[in-house]
Amino acid sequence: MENEYILEMRNITKEFPGVKALDNVNFKVRKGEIHCLVGENGAGKSTLMKVLSGVWKYGTYTGDIVYEGEVQKFHGIADSEGKGIAIIYQELALFPELPIYENIYFGHEITTPTGQVNWNETIVKAKEMLDKVRLNVDPSIPVKRLNTGNQQLVEIAKALSKNCKLIIFDEPTSSLNEDDSQNLLNIMRELKEQGITCIMISHKLREVTAIADTITVLRDGTTICSLDAQTDDISEANIIRNMVGRSIDDVYPKREKKDFGDVMFEIKGLTVEDPKTGREILHDVNLNVRKGEIVGLQGLMGAGRTECALTVFGNPYGYKIKSGEVIMNGQSKMFKSPREAIKSGLAYVSEDRKGNGLVLIQDIRYNVTLANLKAIAKGLSLDSNQEIVIANKYKEDINIKAPSIAQKVNNLSGGNQQKVQIAKWLFTEPKVLILDEPTRGIDVGAKLEIYTLMNKMVEEGMCIIMISSELPEVLGMSDRLYVMSEGRITGELDASEATEEKVMKMAINSENSD
Amino acid sequence: METNKKSLGSEVFGLLKTNIKSYMMYIALVIIMLVFQIWSGGKFFRASNITNLFNQAAYVGVLAIGMTLILILKHIDLSVGYVAGFTGALAAILMQRQGVNEWLAILIVLAVGLAIGLYQGLTVTRLGVPAFVVTLAGMFIFRGLLSLTLAESGTVVVSPKGFLALCNGFIPDIPNSLGIHLVTMIFGVLAVAMVIVSQVRARKNKQKYEFEVVSTPIFVVGMILISAVILAVCWILATYRGIPWSAVIVGVILAIYTFMLSKTKLGRYIYGIGGNDQAAELSGVNVKQVTLFAFCSMSVLAAVAGILYTSRLSSATPTAGNSFEMDAIASSYIGGTAVSGGVGKVTNAIIGTFVIMALTNGMNLMMVDISYQYIVKGLIFIIAVAFDVRTRNK
Repeated sequence: MENEYILEMRNITKEFPGVKALDNVNFKVRKGEIHCLVGENGAGKSTLMKVLSGVWKYGTYTGDIVYEGEVQKFHGIADSEGKGIAIIYQELALFPELPIYENIYFGHEITTPTGQVNWNETIVKAKEMLDKVRLNVDPSIPVKRLNTGNQQLVEIAKALSKNCKLIIFDEPTSSLNEDDSQNLLNIMRELKEQGITCIMISHKLREVTAIADTITVLRDGTTICSLDAQTDDISEANIIRNMVGRSIDDVYPKREKKDFGDVMFEIKGLTVEDPKTGREILHDVNLNVRKGEIVGLQGLMGAGRTECALTVFGNPYGYKIKSGEVIMNGQSKMFKSPREAIKSGLAYVSEDRKGNGLVLIQDIRYNVTLANLKAIAKGLSLDSNQEIVIANKYKEDINIKAPSIAQKVNNLSGGNQQKVQIAKWLFTEPKVLILDEPTRGIDVGAKLEIYTLMNKMVEEGMCIIMISSELPEVLGMSDRLYVMSEGRITGELDASEATEEKVMKMAINSENSD
Repeated sequence: METNKKSLGSEVFGLLKTNIKSYMMYIALVIIMLVFQIWSGGKFFRASNITNLFNQAAYVGVLAIGMTLILILKHIDLSVGYVAGFTGALAAILMQRQGVNEWLAILIVLAVGLAIGLYQGLTVTRLGVPAFVVTLAGMFIFRGLLSLTLAESGTVVVSPKGFLALCNGFIPDIPNSLGIHLVTMIFGVLAVAMVIVSQVRARKNKQKYEFEVVSTPIFVVGMILISAVILAVCWILATYRGIPWSAVIVGVILAIYTFMLSKTKLGRYIYGIGGNDQAAELSGVNVKQVTLFAFCSMSVLAAVAGILYTSRLSSATPTAGNSFEMDAIASSYIGGTAVSGGVGKVTNAIIGTFVIMALTNGMNLMMVDISYQYIVKGLIFIIAVAFDVRTRNK
């Protein structure tokens, strides 16, 4: 009995305390197709894949997983892997110090009859797997020497080595540059030709429309539609309409008045080296921002934007500054620590909320005041009443959705965590605010709130440097923008003359512009 | 009436469920004490034994307070036992061999503790050597310095009266005819009054900001319980010779550290670094400086523990300080300090100390072989931490 579908997830419902993450989701995947799963953050994509892979065990959800014609009861990843289902996560799960071949066969080693690992056979087999993903490197070099794109290929090779029939890619291109992304999509097409089914979760609709055979849209834990690339309208506009349930006209709120003052913050000739690798990560960077202005800093992943921000924000990671200066309030300053930078009115909202932005195990109140405790200090001790008033004010002003300010931050959604981070920095009363990927991983509604907030801040006389990888966002929000590539500023454009094509060209072709 | 009862019951149940972790410590302590009380035929709660327990718990408690800071910061200090041993011996040598005044000797020894803390803290923060390694090396070094200090003399008997009173003496009393230590009872009543006033104020404050508070009957019952415990302990002590100086010393240190951790910038920074050191750094916290402070405070407290221990034994011995670090670390973890850092309270660490020391005291009372004592303590320790780990992420 041959079944057209390799996988059918029927009426899947998964509840967390207080939230229905999945509500009667139906999800069908044909054998040998590339099936893209799209939806806003929090729509339930990751949860659905966790149910499929057995992270959420059988019994913790309701509904059926039918895979290869049988109802499956997975009690862990080992079970789903045993049936030929592999997940490749955004954060790669490789051992950086181990050689490629050990990584590929980790957990299912090739052994001799006496039970020892047969390394020679492993190396030969690993090479075969690498050929399948067109990665032409020596399998005995450690994984850490590969770039992110190639590391991802190693993950795919690992999945192939387990004879997987269904590979799930969770935002595979989110940290890849354009070339590596294209390469990955090509590899997926080749896998499809070999009869392997692929599910891809992605936010990049351009890639989705380019590669998908079928697109399933989730919204608020329910299946909205399944679009067939052959027969249905799979334009980006249509997909977005289904994702958000509304049209996208008002994504970027306009500012009423634009009134730019003097230059408040300027970076001149900044050249910086990473002492660990000895590589120059910034080369002769010049940029400035005026009072009341939003300046975009666009570029691809690894272009040096975050490094630039961190270097001027007190250089906490100890980069080697070879030359250059920072001019703030008319004074030349190179801050020696974030403390000094904060004192002078510079603030940096991190791109990595969980990694270095927030103290997740503490509550909203704690996080909001952390960067400016002296404002609530009364002699030696802290005035907790005043602190509560302040935290409540920010909670209300910028609409942090939580039962109270005593809520632990790790229980908040990404958008609300981002608002807590912004509240923390607003409380330091900055003159210059650097926002690093302010809307990464947060949903459309919260994005709009953050854009509105940004407009309000500059209208009140602050100035903002917004680092972002999302082209439409940079074009929609900036008054002026700089483009970076490989540690250099490769272009400066006024908002009126900037187009996606122009910016992309600058972001990619650093060699030509030199 | 019926519904009221029911909701009260469900509130109690809810409180138990959500706070089981913090209540568990107290429950364990009470059970341990009661078991020994029954098993020893009533010897455990005798006034002399409770006084004894306070004096024994003092030096471990002081270490547990310092250790809690270190553990919140995700570091560890293995050297505290021998630092205590060494500094205690140094105090004895200064007083008995060099003829230094006892109070000056104490100051010198505290300064030595600070110097040790600076050395270990700077090695951790500036050179980047993991604290485990630095303080393991410290174990070797200070063990060596301890035996070097006592090499010529062997055990040194200490005689200055003021020094001996630290861990053997009691607070003075006003003469009375009641046959009890009056100052201790007055202190107990004042302590109850203070606790009630501060708790009521905190509760009112919470209500003002519309935070959730426990219902009035439960609040009242809680207050009565706390008051009863304080008065009972004071009563037991008052029928003997009153509050020991060691309890006063630990109490003052505890008060200072509780204030520091909950009410000051420094305390905030310590929890912040333990929760996410990178976020703390980017929020303008000087992570290295705060960490250095924690190591300095730890070693100074180790010196205090050394002084208390020498005072307690009235002598400095070459084996002093042996395995104190284990008791201190265990106390702090039993008191609910998170193994993953970022969470912990010094008051609970003291409760943890009482759990460990009540076990030690009770088993000594029952003349349990020392080998079994270690095994029992180890088991209780692992159960406590396993319980903590299992309940933390729920």
